[in-house]
Amino acid sequence: MPIDAEEVRRIAELARLELDDATVEAFRHQLQACLDYVAALDELDLEAVPPTPRPATSGQEPREDRRRDGLSVEEALHNAPDASGGHFRVPRVIKG
Amino acid sequence: MSELTDLDAGSLLERLRAREVSAVDVVRAFLRRIEAVDGELNAFVRINPEAERQAAELDRMSGGDLDRPLAGLPVAVKDNICTAGLETTCGSRILGDFVPSGDATAVARLHDAGAIVLGKTNMDEFGMGSSNENSAVGPVRNPWDPDRVPGGSSGGSAVAVSARMAPVALGSDTGGSVRQPAALCGVVGLKPTYGRVSRLGLVAFGSSLDQIGPLTRSVADAALLLEVIAGADPLEATSSKSAPGSYVQACDHGVGGMRIGIPAEYFERGLDASIERAVRAAAGELERQGARVEEVSLPHTRWAIPTYYLVAAAEASSNLARYDAVRYGRRIDPGRGLQEMYGASRGRGFGVEVKRRIMLGTYALSAGYYDAFYRKALCARTRVRDDFLRIFAAGLDLLLTPTTPTTAFRLGEKLDDPLAMYLSDAYTTTANLAGLPAMSVPLGTDDRGLPVGGQLIGPDFGEEALFRAASVIERRWPPAAPPIARSNPAAEGN
Repeated sequence: MPIDAEEVRRIAELARLELDDATVEAFRHQLQACLDYVAALDELDLEAVPPTPRPATSGQEPREDRRRDGLSVEEALHNAPDASGGHFRVPRVIKG
Repeated sequence: MSELTDLDAGSLLERLRAREVSAVDVVRAFLRRIEAVDGELNAFVRINPEAERQAAELDRMSGGDLDRPLAGLPVAVKDNICTAGLETTCGSRILGDFVPSGDATAVARLHDAGAIVLGKTNMDEFGMGSSNENSAVGPVRNPWDPDRVPGGSSGGSAVAVSARMAPVALGSDTGGSVRQPAALCGVVGLKPTYGRVSRLGLVAFGSSLDQIGPLTRSVADAALLLEVIAGADPLEATSSKSAPGSYVQACDHGVGGMRIGIPAEYFERGLDASIERAVRAAAGELERQGARVEEVSLPHTRWAIPTYYLVAAAEASSNLARYDAVRYGRRIDPGRGLQEMYGASRGRGFGVEVKRRIMLGTYALSAGYYDAFYRKALCARTRVRDDFLRIFAAGLDLLLTPTTPTTAFRLGEKLDDPLAMYLSDAYTTTANLAGLPAMSVPLGTDDRGLPVGGQLIGPDFGEEALFRAASVIERRWPPAAPPIARSNPAAEGN
């Protein structure tokens, strides 16, 4: 299925990626090439095949649910680009 | 006496235990080596400023502490594996100067075993790449030919070991990111069974595909490292409770009575003739040493790459949603509100390959396309895994394939053609999709003098079988040093 620039911008918005026009154009071609390539999967009859979201080797019974120490507020904020008063600060969410 | 940096981990540990050398001597030798050659190669993104102090502390200890399996051994760690107090930035700009609050479980286990983190190694951003050209801090160069790529995404770790800047390293493998650079740099690289090594503290790329694995000069060193890092982790729900094997011992067991399959689909169009010759020669050697080698078929191999790119991109788009420049990372705020801050921080913080894959993954998971792309890929994944299960159920112990279709290519050669780059993983993504253990072992060099790698793939938790066969291959094709690392005549051609 053909991808146009508007579709690329829609996906970029879903992914919260600011893209300039040149990148939108480059991605339009590259995404198209990728999708044409993965269309090879249509050659397979997968009707009755169950999906494998992860290898069967993984997993174990859940561990016992015990309290353990987590990060202190100070540690949790250590890498924050903007923090004050024990909180993460973000740009204004509600306009007006 | 040869230089300390020419020794593999096993030999270094012997000398450390005998107190012939101190941990400080060893760490200093590798730091000097990094200083001498890494200006050109760019394998390390930062050195652990505490490494010498930690070595000195170890030297002051006595008795039991020296009995720890890796006491005094320097280890290079890929920069997507968290190290407490030491920046971890995944080859990306978006993480800024992120400092983890804790060690990855694999790193904690190395520390407990007495190993010393030497530094963090360069990589393709978030593990996305096969050439190590997608790094925010510049490409890594192959020590066998600095105009060529080292492979990726664990290119820094492979080069650190190959060029004798570290005896061993940790990498991570989502679609071949340990094995492919190991092959291109002439070292040993292992992707363990999914669940064999805890992923806690490994920055997630494709959560159902990722595994941490060792890159080493010798097969026995990989076994030694795996014994330390393998095992259940109560904090990582996909880690397996099954007990790790005796990998070091397995190295001496030979291949007598083993059945080894050669899958025809891995020798089709696009494979270098010199690599095919080397892999066939390895099959011959395994046969001479008592294995039975037979042709087999894995008919869904050619659908593995499209399957892999959909699954990996979908998981990446989901995992990388966390980089919102709120709790950590570099924020770029155009001052127009929260959504615009997200868009600018992510749009300018991620490199182009990461954005490309986030876009593909977001598309494949979005309303209306989920069944046509993501779900279909998960069903194709079942087919890929079933191919392997059938072969192993029929009594085969291992498969032998090439690791890569070509030897190291030139920097820039595939940079503008994402699909051509993706095809360099044609033989490695299958083991990630299926969750199987796989190892790349050196098979000498091609006619241009570039390393060739052969891949062994085993059944679930069949790492011991990999080590048996890899050790036999290693005796025929011993580890070789790249020209840049031939620091003294005694080390040449060993």
